[in-house]
Amino acid sequence: MFTRPDNWKDLTWQQKRELRLNHWISAPGIEFVSKEAAEGYKARATRLSKAAKMEIPDRVPCMIPTGWYPAKNAGVPLKKVMYDPKLMKKVWLKFVDEYDSDSFDGTLFFQARVNELMEVRTMKWPGHGLPDNAHSYQYVEGVYMQADEYDLFMKDPFDFQLRKLLPRTTGVFEPFKDERSFASYQGLPQRLMAMCLNPKFQKLFKAINEASKELPAWGKATAETTMGAAARGFPVFRGGLAVAPFDVFADNLRGTQGIVMDMFRQPDKIHEAMEFVLPQLVDGAVAMADAADCPVIMMPLHKGDDTFMSDKQFEVFYWPTFKRELLMMVEEGLIPYPVAEGAYNRRLEYISNMPKGAVAWMFDQTNMANAKKTVGKVSCIAGNVPVSIAYTKTAAEMKEYCRKLIETCAPGGGYILTGGSTYDMAQPENLRAMMEAAKEYGKY
Amino acid sequence: MSGDFINLLADLKEEEVLKLTKERLDAKEDPLKILDDAREGMSIVGKRFAGGEYFLPELVFSGELLAQVTNLVKPHLTGEGVQQKKIGKVIIATVAGDIHDIGLNIVDFMLDVNGFEVTNMGVDVPVEKIVKAVKEIKAPVLGLSGFLTPAFDAMKETVEALEKEGLRKGLKIMIGGGQMDDEVCKYAKADAYGKDAMAAVALTKKWYGVE
Repeated sequence: MFTRPDNWKDLTWQQKRELRLNHWISAPGIEFVSKEAAEGYKARATRLSKAAKMEIPDRVPCMIPTGWYPAKNAGVPLKKVMYDPKLMKKVWLKFVDEYDSDSFDGTLFFQARVNELMEVRTMKWPGHGLPDNAHSYQYVEGVYMQADEYDLFMKDPFDFQLRKLLPRTTGVFEPFKDERSFASYQGLPQRLMAMCLNPKFQKLFKAINEASKELPAWGKATAETTMGAAARGFPVFRGGLAVAPFDVFADNLRGTQGIVMDMFRQPDKIHEAMEFVLPQLVDGAVAMADAADCPVIMMPLHKGDDTFMSDKQFEVFYWPTFKRELLMMVEEGLIPYPVAEGAYNRRLEYISNMPKGAVAWMFDQTNMANAKKTVGKVSCIAGNVPVSIAYTKTAAEMKEYCRKLIETCAPGGGYILTGGSTYDMAQPENLRAMMEAAKEYGKY
Repeated sequence: MSGDFINLLADLKEEEVLKLTKERLDAKEDPLKILDDAREGMSIVGKRFAGGEYFLPELVFSGELLAQVTNLVKPHLTGEGVQQKKIGKVIIATVAGDIHDIGLNIVDFMLDVNGFEVTNMGVDVPVEKIVKAVKEIKAPVLGLSGFLTPAFDAMKETVEALEKEGLRKGLKIMIGGGQMDDEVCKYAKADAYGKDAMAAVALTKKWYGVE
């Protein structure tokens, strides 16, 4: 747990960030398996920190984006791992033992059994909406908040969550959809009690009871795997997750169909609601970074990419609150790490408008030469090795792609070699070729 | 009235479009003419999308307007409408194990407004269902969509199954979506990769020998 010094509020964002990074590099609470592992951890975390700050490290850091690949690597079906936390730990640590990387990409955190018990409808996974042999779980986009529910969402988030959102997204919560607002329960505890005793709620309580027995095993397996990777010398370059305010609604609550209707019919409501979630997103990120001892906040971005919206729509709907979110995080000493899924070619000028060395950007299909010339002048850039090459090409071709990327992006520091997306599938020799490229061509 | 209606729809003026639709119906205009105009308005939307003036929000919203106009007109339709002459058939599907449909539906829309008869098989479509559709519908163009990495193999398996059934010859296959690219196209043994819906239209037109 990161604790702030007494003079925290007098510090500059750079000083705050330095304290957080030094804390991360010092590996609090980690018992290393060997002296080499301890040195390796420090070297990797230092390398990544320097790149993120746009300083010049010893060489270009390389992060293998593992996704669900560790299951493939172990020859275990993803479905099996999703139901077995102990197997997950074994399979993920096997990956750590077999591959070199400058970071550990984190574990699978998908409790299939818990989702099954709670009748989660926003996810499909192998054997549950997807074929048994599917090698992924997927989010089911939908209209989970109605067009006229923005006000309730903002005025009484708990009521909205319990009576509107959960009955739509999580089957066992369905009985709540017929309940009256809880505001009317004030001073009358008997009514809440009566509700709990109603037979139609018993399935919910039973499911919660069952699921709560399953959950700790996952928490334990995840923590032990992450600690296990750290003990072997591999730091997680991520202290938490956050999303852009627009995506809270466009991805999670209103879906593509719903958000588009609102963009034309009630744009002011979107703006009002984005203002409402903005401070909560930042507070959440700070709390996660504190707890995880790492200031990097990964931010998967979706509906603001080149193909989803016009420049004008990006300027009006996406960028203003997102930009403030980034700056608010920076002010807290965090390092926002936006993952620009899709293409951000037409967004490069906007996102270049940031304090130098404050943000690190991961790009998927964005032109990296252009990224280096624009946003690369003020922010660390990362990414762009396509999963198609990692999976369908030879190790030599993979290494060559990485060499060219390093030549384009590495000069002057501020580049991390990594995938454009996660690698759920890859050829083992290609992952090794990626690290070889960083070591061979990435020396400063 | 007709010209205004077409432009109002193309400009996505919801209130005006619906008001004018009601006025035209009240004036006993031929409901088929209104639907024809709506199609023309949608075709302008398609052109603006292809030209980079419109993006996904405009496309989705135009679909909503069209649905509302069609709902207003429907009760006034007597008998079968005259089917618009189509250039030819195209089958599109998101491959097995993948449930993403936003891109798939844009391709559907763009092919439709460009005069193709589209069979949209939806998401997570198993190999055998696609084989059956190709056999029965006899479309010379097949579009496979996928967002995630596992779609690489699902696409490859689909193409191989079509080969095995002797259906590959004379069939053009295009792929698109998320992490697809030219490398995946080669891997899956498809004919072309299209980076967006406009590319899907251009490929289909090329293969049909039109424009």
